[in-house]
Amino acid sequence: MGWKFNMSGKDNSGDHSGNDNNEEKIHKKELNGPKKTKSVESKSKFTDKTITLKIFRINQNNEKSNSHFDEYKVSSKRWTTVLDTLLDVKSYQDHSISLRYSCRMASCGSCGMKINGVPRLACYTKISDLISEDDPDPTITCEPLANFPYIKDLVTDFSQFFNHHRKIMPYIQNTKNDTIDSENLSEYVQSPEDLDKFLQFSYCIKCGLCYSSCPTVATDMNFPGPQALSQAYRYFIDTRDSANKTRFNIIDDRHGIWRCHFAGSCSHVCPKGVDPALGIQLLRSHLLGFNKNEKKIAKLREK
Amino acid sequence: MNFENISKKQLFKESQIMKIHYITGICALFVVAIHILMRVIMPYNMSLEYENVVMNYHNIFYAILLEIILVLIAIHGFNGLRIILIELRQNTAWEKSMTILTIIGMISIIAYGTRTIIIGNGLEI
Repeated sequence: MGWKFNMSGKDNSGDHSGNDNNEEKIHKKELNGPKKTKSVESKSKFTDKTITLKIFRINQNNEKSNSHFDEYKVSSKRWTTVLDTLLDVKSYQDHSISLRYSCRMASCGSCGMKINGVPRLACYTKISDLISEDDPDPTITCEPLANFPYIKDLVTDFSQFFNHHRKIMPYIQNTKNDTIDSENLSEYVQSPEDLDKFLQFSYCIKCGLCYSSCPTVATDMNFPGPQALSQAYRYFIDTRDSANKTRFNIIDDRHGIWRCHFAGSCSHVCPKGVDPALGIQLLRSHLLGFNKNEKKIAKLREK
Repeated sequence: MNFENISKKQLFKESQIMKIHYITGICALFVVAIHILMRVIMPYNMSLEYENVVMNYHNIFYAILLEIILVLIAIHGFNGLRIILIELRQNTAWEKSMTILTIIGMISIIAYGTRTIIIGNGLEI
């Protein structure tokens, strides 16, 4: 997964200061650029602002420490992301802040947190999208993801989340095709239409935002959650896989797929445009014996 | 928690229970609609007068309709209650006791309701 715990309190100023000149150049280029759409023009009005960053602080290893919010003043530009500001605070104001991040481009799913009460990826959320131009004292609140046990500050424990993911056996199982014996090696044949049936679900980056926003997980920790269930559908509908019965036995449980209330918040918060609620409903219909002829559903929601 | 072990211990799979839940829900919608429509074949307050209610019970077809409504609503309602209750706590003892309690509740309601319909119909038990 390439996850990175930045709990050491080391100064990252070397990485950070080098970007300032480039950022200014890009900013000038964008402002002077000849072709601009309406939305770009309105965004370009965003002037440099000083924002208040409220960060949730907790240390599960220290019994004496109480959970509280710390406030920091940070300057932000139009393109500054929440992760940029958090790293800025960590580098120049408070080294003790803990957060998890890695790729900085919404590919690894490490920097999931609740930003202004909504589960989001910090690297994918721009400050300018969260605050209004008229707000004299813009404040952004960063909290750890809900439905996950806390470790420290914004870092949460993903053990249970990955256990649920592991339980649905998220890999191709095929007893018909021989993939070990090189002489009898056979090919997995799949048409583009068959691929389209599960393609969008394979874009899941396991960031845990859907799990965090799920109201059923909040009350029932044995519920596999939208991520695991949508992955169950992803492998169920994959024509190369033949372990449907085993997976059905796992999810067709008292705390399984039937406990989904269909709030739809999982699909709403997914940063990759995956629709886990759709996967759950399609899987349910298969369990009830409907929907034998699956149509292609590869259309991703536009964010 | 081992999902497979729990599934094996259950008498019905959850999908089978949910199938029954959905079917009873849809069927109840139709029979309750008939029951309500029977109230509007005459002025509503008149349909609830003692003589008319007793007359309804004495009609064998209406008594069967009431019995069907009773069974469908009891199954659907008590299963819904079971679902809500097993979400409150996650341990096997709680889940088993809630399942047994709701089954007992369902059987009791059906038995008492059936008794009322039979007595209302004028049959002697």
